[in-house]
Amino acid sequence: MTGAKVLLMMGCPEVPIQTSIALYLSHKLTNSGFDVTVAGTTAATKLLKVSDSDGYYAKKLADLDKTLEDIIEKRADFDICFAFMHNDSGMTYAATVSAISQAKMYSIVFGRHAEELAQTIEFDCEKIVTQDVHNPIRLKNKLDKIMEEMAR
Amino acid sequence: MSCIEQMKYTILLDRISFKEAREYIEKNSNEVYYVSPGYKIFKDYYIIGVPPIAVGAKGDALIFPYTKPCHGSFVLSIENEDSIKEINRLRETEKEKGTASVKKGKTPESSSASSASYLNMWKK
Repeated sequence: MTGAKVLLMMGCPEVPIQTSIALYLSHKLTNSGFDVTVAGTTAATKLLKVSDSDGYYAKKLADLDKTLEDIIEKRADFDICFAFMHNDSGMTYAATVSAISQAKMYSIVFGRHAEELAQTIEFDCEKIVTQDVHNPIRLKNKLDKIMEEMAR
Repeated sequence: MSCIEQMKYTILLDRISFKEAREYIEKNSNEVYYVSPGYKIFKDYYIIGVPPIAVGAKGDALIFPYTKPCHGSFVLSIENEDSIKEINRLRETEKEKGTASVKKGKTPESSSASSASYLNMWKK
């Protein structure tokens, strides 16, 4: 899968672990040879830009709505998509990408209501679910296993 | 920013789940059409949503869901020359498909699968 195009889709950055996990995933996947784009809302991408001001961990940043527009208009697409979600809007955006893109979907569901939110997902995807809000370690460990499988 | 935010619109429901937006449109429109995620309206707005996405017509007003990542889903209504064009386009598309608009109460099966408990919880 080296060279495969990966989209990390960030939603509302209200829950703290999203930013750190997005940076972590972007860096690990880039080092593994994937072509990673991190798309997010204005606030989510600003958080990333300040945290990673030299673009060391996230090489390609994009606007979330513009990215969806490019996929819909067939100007871009991805092989793999990790969709972050902690609220209904995040799930709705991920469902949209699932419908318009050929990407294999991974839903990263986190936050206090992660279990309930995960049950509302109707599209085909692999779910990575933790109820964590501040501590990213459990989610990081789950994603490490996913990345190990992807590298095989 | 899409052109929607620069248009004169009415917010019929705000900060709800997408499923609630769909149900509201189905119950409060004279005509209901179902479109795919990414369906473009008003020149540059691509509808974000969980399929099937309900879009309604009530008189000359187009009623549709609008989802913001940090604020949930909204149901908006726009009534102007462009909404009439959009409604006519939906009617034409349905004619080409050979199906009539779905009227009140005839909801596709897949729209009822979400968890009600989560939907009630997240509004708090």
